[in-house]
Amino acid sequence: MDFTILILALPLLSFLILGLAGMKMPHKWAGAIGTLSLTLVTILSYCAAALYFGAGRNAEGIFAPITPYNHTWLPLGGTLSIDMGILIDPISVMMLIVISTVSLMVHIYSLGYMKGERGFQRYYAFLSLFTFSMLGLVVATNIFQMYVFWELVGVSSYLLIGFYYTKPAAIAASKKAFIVTRFADLFFLIGILLYGYYTETFSFTPGETLLMSAGAVLPIALALMFVGGAGKSAMFPLHIWLPDAMEGPTPVSALIHAATMVVAGVYLVARMFPLFIDYAPEVLHIVAYVGAFTSLYAAIVACVQTDIKRVLAFSTISQIAFMMVALGVCTSSNPHYGGLGYMASMFHLFTHAMFKGLLFLGAGAIIHAVHSNEKSQMGGLRKYMPVTHLTFLVACLAIAGIPPFSGFFSKDEILAACYDYSPMMGVFMSIVAAMTAFYMFRLYYLIFWGKSHYEEQLSLYSAGKSTHKPHKPHEAPLCMTAPLVILATITTVAGFIPFGNFISSNGEAYHIHINPAVATVSILLALAGIALATVMYIRGNSKLTTAINKALGIFIEAAYNRFYMDELWLFVTKKIIFNCISRPIAWFDRHVIDATMDMMATITQKCGNIVRPMQSGNVQSYSVWFLSGALLLALMLIFFT
Amino acid sequence: MNILNLFVAIPLAMLFALWISRNTKQIRTVMVTGSTLLLSLSVYLTIDFIAQRNAGVTAAQLYTDSWSWYPALNICYSIGVDGISVAMILLSSIIVFTGTFASWNIKPHTKDFFLWYVLLSLGVYGFFITTDMFAMFMFYETALIPMYLLIGVWGSGKKEYSAMKLTLMLMGGSAFLLMGILGIYYGSGATTMNIHEIAALSNIPTEMQYIFFPLTFIGFGVLGALFPFHTWSPDGHASAPTSVSMLHAGVLMKLGGYGCFRIAMYLLPQAANDLAWIFIILTTISVVYGALSAISQTDLKYINAYSSVSHCGLVLFALLMMTRTSCTGAILQMLSHGLMTALFFALIGMIYGRTHTRDIRQMQGLMKIMPFLSVGYVIAGLANLGLPGFSGFIAEMTIFVGSFMVDDTFHRTVTIIACTSIVITAVYILRVVGKILYGEPCNEEHKRLTDATWDERFTVICLIICVAGLGIAPMWVSDLINNGVGDIITILRP
Repeated sequence: MDFTILILALPLLSFLILGLAGMKMPHKWAGAIGTLSLTLVTILSYCAAALYFGAGRNAEGIFAPITPYNHTWLPLGGTLSIDMGILIDPISVMMLIVISTVSLMVHIYSLGYMKGERGFQRYYAFLSLFTFSMLGLVVATNIFQMYVFWELVGVSSYLLIGFYYTKPAAIAASKKAFIVTRFADLFFLIGILLYGYYTETFSFTPGETLLMSAGAVLPIALALMFVGGAGKSAMFPLHIWLPDAMEGPTPVSALIHAATMVVAGVYLVARMFPLFIDYAPEVLHIVAYVGAFTSLYAAIVACVQTDIKRVLAFSTISQIAFMMVALGVCTSSNPHYGGLGYMASMFHLFTHAMFKGLLFLGAGAIIHAVHSNEKSQMGGLRKYMPVTHLTFLVACLAIAGIPPFSGFFSKDEILAACYDYSPMMGVFMSIVAAMTAFYMFRLYYLIFWGKSHYEEQLSLYSAGKSTHKPHKPHEAPLCMTAPLVILATITTVAGFIPFGNFISSNGEAYHIHINPAVATVSILLALAGIALATVMYIRGNSKLTTAINKALGIFIEAAYNRFYMDELWLFVTKKIIFNCISRPIAWFDRHVIDATMDMMATITQKCGNIVRPMQSGNVQSYSVWFLSGALLLALMLIFFT
Repeated sequence: MNILNLFVAIPLAMLFALWISRNTKQIRTVMVTGSTLLLSLSVYLTIDFIAQRNAGVTAAQLYTDSWSWYPALNICYSIGVDGISVAMILLSSIIVFTGTFASWNIKPHTKDFFLWYVLLSLGVYGFFITTDMFAMFMFYETALIPMYLLIGVWGSGKKEYSAMKLTLMLMGGSAFLLMGILGIYYGSGATTMNIHEIAALSNIPTEMQYIFFPLTFIGFGVLGALFPFHTWSPDGHASAPTSVSMLHAGVLMKLGGYGCFRIAMYLLPQAANDLAWIFIILTTISVVYGALSAISQTDLKYINAYSSVSHCGLVLFALLMMTRTSCTGAILQMLSHGLMTALFFALIGMIYGRTHTRDIRQMQGLMKIMPFLSVGYVIAGLANLGLPGFSGFIAEMTIFVGSFMVDDTFHRTVTIIACTSIVITAVYILRVVGKILYGEPCNEEHKRLTDATWDERFTVICLIICVAGLGIAPMWVSDLINNGVGDIITILRP
């Protein structure tokens, strides 16, 4: 497995080449270098997967982790050190597949999407940087290496969100994304520090005795790490950066803010799962509740957004929350008794990456065609963009949980795990799943069905009522549709992968079996959601829609404004931190502390001014001083002796 | 011939050569030759030092030598280096070298400027190589005085006020320091001024330590921007010319941290242990307070000066935690902060030289106008906020891990408070980057400006390479420093 180092080295190399020499290159070369290196990485990742799983299970019946590389990078005294290495185990291999596949698709897709953009080379350089950091994160051999790459993905995300750096919204969004996640990372860091101190190592598998002695601190450390994960994975209330992050180019949203980086938090919890389940099950349940709440919140908000990328962003938040819930409802590490959620979560991570990547890339094609994010500019596009339409439909069916698409299988496992945990949780998540079907099909109908915005504009134009000739929507070029088709194919068949054979909570093979009761309920609910969306939106806004909007007026208004979470964020940053803390401190520094120093100088000067007249150069006054002094001395001598 | 003497001899030779040089070309030749020599010498010193250590030389100090200078007071010119000083010498050489290029076009009185500049660096080198308290103090003063003229004559804005304020405050610190040094000298029986001999005697009575530790620590702390004695820093940096800001923030402020560790804590260990909590509170305030004030500043140099208060606060904070790891982190932070701030001040100087303003409200969209400088600024910013791959991350993580090793509630709490600075730093860095670099250029005049010239590019690239080099391959520096820290820690925590 020594070749795995290339999986990291290639994107890094292409980042360095493009970053240092990119500006002097023609666009084509830059695109070619980036895509070529990613193609190689993808091939290597699949090879790694084939070799690793092909080697079979060991005597204990699990796929044993392999560490081809592990070197001390920064010794920190005692037994602590930050190591850099590569860890190959089932979940890291799965992540390699996910990241390299989606990233390759995005690289190819961007050749068309970003064609002719200013900063094309920079774009590919950042994509390479991101891919490198994300791959480094998943193969981390220890928690600190994970943190190092965690920060690096954060900064690549910052750079890519702010890719259009002349757009004020993009600047604000990139800043917000970085600061919110950094805030969460603070907790992550403290968690790591606590963990490192008590277990005397940063590795994922500390000694048993040390874990026992860590006692009550370990759950705290794990909970703090989860906060870091919640920041990256956009769990409520740290989700506020993700919808804004859609200001970046759409392929970036597909790669970073849908398929890979945002699931880093889930991956973190999965990575620490053995510790969570054995030493901090109560924290795991907090994870479940946070996830459940987030999934509902995001689903509600997604139902009323008008910007198609925002709908997808909230849908991402909701789906990631599903994965968190699945991890959180685990009660043991045995997949047959309470540990099903782990497998389900990883399965959903895999399928979600594919279909959500597909949805975003499809959305990109649509935005490319109509030059707007607003769905009011769309409608009736199915005639103009047949490939995009079909692939988008596949992805919608998958996310809604309709068999035989992959989303059905993974979501069904999650729901089964939830029902195992408690019927309440199961019912709750089933409702959210139904809402998912509803808002996705609402989106689908509004984009592809109903009255065509183009035709309306065209009739206005030909009737002479508008001077602006509308732009005819057109299907995207091959390099953009090909990734859509590939991802749609994966989405269609991925459900049949015997996922449990490769990944399960304790490493033993687990055969996925569909629970008929749960499956029936979830299919029926999904169909109900789709039916409702069909009735309400197939011909644009129906009477029913208007009636519902009217009945829920304030609630919809609040949901449209995301329950004012962004206002809260602005209030905290602008009003509290900037105006109530930073300003007064800056004032205090200038007008109290510095003024004290100045005052000392002034007093010295004043004293000098008082004494100075004595040194007047006037002989008469000197003689007066001299005589008075002499007299005083004489008097003192007389009286005191 | 002891190689360390060259660090004093070369600047002296440079002073002479500058004095006799007649035109700008000659001055530049002298400066480039001299600073290149110093840089190569310190690289050689570092390599040789590491090689000797690897060969198994375990003496605490290498290249030691001593000449009696004023026997009546036992003052000697004694020299010697350990890992910490080697790292500091390397840092100084890098900054002096790049600073030369950053002040390539300094006007007027080019010759005088460089004379003072070299004198300042002479003081810095002397401070790091000597092991005699009094000689250290003397070199310390040698480094401080040129600052007054460099800011007062070649500065900008309220330069006379700032120069006076900086000098007076630092001189005030020196007064404390002198008292402290004399206290240590007499406390240890007035037999030697050599710090290692005093440390070996370890006979200063505890009551005396209680008096002289605060004096010495504050004396050096003023230069290390210890709250509430930091206010010279924003004004001083804002008025100073580019290369002086670089040298000051990059190296001179490190004299403070180095002195606190080498003299105050090393020689007065009992008081250091007992009184650390007071200074830990002050430095924790420095860390958070500096970062928070930086958020609402509008002048680029003020932002950086406050950022320096925060980062240098972290140096003293980590030293006071007194674990081997945290002290290694402190020295790493000195290195890292020196390089990063030098980079920052160099870039600010270059931007200011073009736009003639440092007010962030009057600049926008510089990325389009001067891409090289802007990219450099983004990199400096990312390094400053502790991005992995740059030196800041290494230093901060070592400090935090080291500080966490002290496991009582007080130390834990202050460490967590200090950790919050990583978020606040991100806020002010990204605020500036967003305001001045991104967006569309707002000022028509700015659109005509040009990007960096070759000497500026050279400065920036050199510093970026150093910052990234330290961040990517930290183990050798970390080992080097860790080695030097060990001896002092064994005294502090027997």
